[in-house]
Amino acid sequence: MDKIRVLIAKPGLDGHDRGAKVVARALRDAGMEVIYTGLRQTPEMIAEAALQEDVDVIGLSILSGAHMTLFPRVIKLLRENGMGDVIVIGGGIIPREDIPALQEMGVSAILGPGTPLKDIVEHIRQEVARASGERTGHG
Amino acid sequence: MDLAEGVLGGDRLSVARALSLVEGQKPSERVAARKLLAALHSHTGRAHLIGVTGPSGTGKSTLVNQLARAYRERDARVGIIAVDPTSPFSGGALLGDRVRMRDVAGDPGVFVRSMATRGALGGLATAASDAVQVLDAAGYSIVFVETVGAGQDEIEIARTAHTTVVVGAPGLGDDIQAMKAGLMEVADIFVVNKADRDGADQTVRSLEVMLEIGRTWNLSDGKPGERTWQVPVCEAVALDGTGVSDLVSWIESHRSYLRQSGQLAKKEWQRARTELEALLQRELLSRFLSRLEPDRLEDIVSRIASRKLAPYEALEELEIG
Repeated sequence: MDKIRVLIAKPGLDGHDRGAKVVARALRDAGMEVIYTGLRQTPEMIAEAALQEDVDVIGLSILSGAHMTLFPRVIKLLRENGMGDVIVIGGGIIPREDIPALQEMGVSAILGPGTPLKDIVEHIRQEVARASGERTGHG
Repeated sequence: MDLAEGVLGGDRLSVARALSLVEGQKPSERVAARKLLAALHSHTGRAHLIGVTGPSGTGKSTLVNQLARAYRERDARVGIIAVDPTSPFSGGALLGDRVRMRDVAGDPGVFVRSMATRGALGGLATAASDAVQVLDAAGYSIVFVETVGAGQDEIEIARTAHTTVVVGAPGLGDDIQAMKAGLMEVADIFVVNKADRDGADQTVRSLEVMLEIGRTWNLSDGKPGERTWQVPVCEAVALDGTGVSDLVSWIESHRSYLRQSGQLAKKEWQRARTELEALLQRELLSRFLSRLEPDRLEDIVSRIASRKLAPYEALEELEIG
């Protein structure tokens, strides 16, 4: 399998990126190429970075409570850019009752605080393998 | 849409996919990448390639961010290849140069691609020069290649770039000493970044002294009447943009010097040769190995390791000595 490329981004205005950095580091240690964008990214910046970097996965960390607007906005822009097959995962502070709606919108999983890092790595590996299987018709 | 057509038309998704393809390591990707690069080749050679290198923490990414902004004001379309190291232990990489490139993040006239070295030595990624070709063909007229934090030997960049900018900072006295051997010799322009900090003057002076010594030694190289390039030392504060317009002027003077002195053609010739030799090496080696009977190589290697055969004798046995 090819190198998995992951964009880790912090949309919105909260300034807490420790969790995002820990995840970025864990994915690197799992052999992935992780592009870290830093704080306060707009959905447009995230979608454009995902396109230029041609990533397989986007991890969005949101602690500000704006997840119900930010996730759909990023997903919509990705689709407009022809990047609709990118896997979007979320982390941060996201109430459990919002998760089904987010998954309905196309978010692959919400892996919040307390999720073991190896579960995040596993989830990404599985989803990327499945997506590439679907693309080449062997899934 | 055909990928090559997409790249030539400047379609950003095509450019992104093409960059992944030239980085790809699967045999099927290698074949497709070759076809793509062959189709693009006649459309390349228009961009000015600027290498940015120097020790870690001197502000290379921040400076590239500012330079890209300055070139955007001149209506150039700007491509950036930012290289960070691959971990030799996990094979993964943390590519963080985008954090410092916020100002150009939303601009459709700028294309930033992060690349991991994937085991290549010399401060660049194996596919960096192919990636540059893709951006060139897509119409990015200025292409920056930012190397990993580099010390002495990371001078591959000088073979790829037209203009090599070496970035230093005050307080790295020993690093600058260390730069003497490798980086000093490949610089077309020196930048002392963070010039608002204590010791900047001293750093500039010591660089100028070293450059002066280099010039005295190299006097015999220049033929009488031949135009030579005197490496300037610029000061900058990349964080607030101080000195950036001066730096752009120096890059532009170096560019016209390259054209007028005939050095550009020489550089292009040298680059074509280096590239062809590298391709030949890779190709001939893999063909040779594929023609050997299975286990032949392993057998010879074991005999060399156990001191029963000398490497030069092995060449004879393989009938190429």
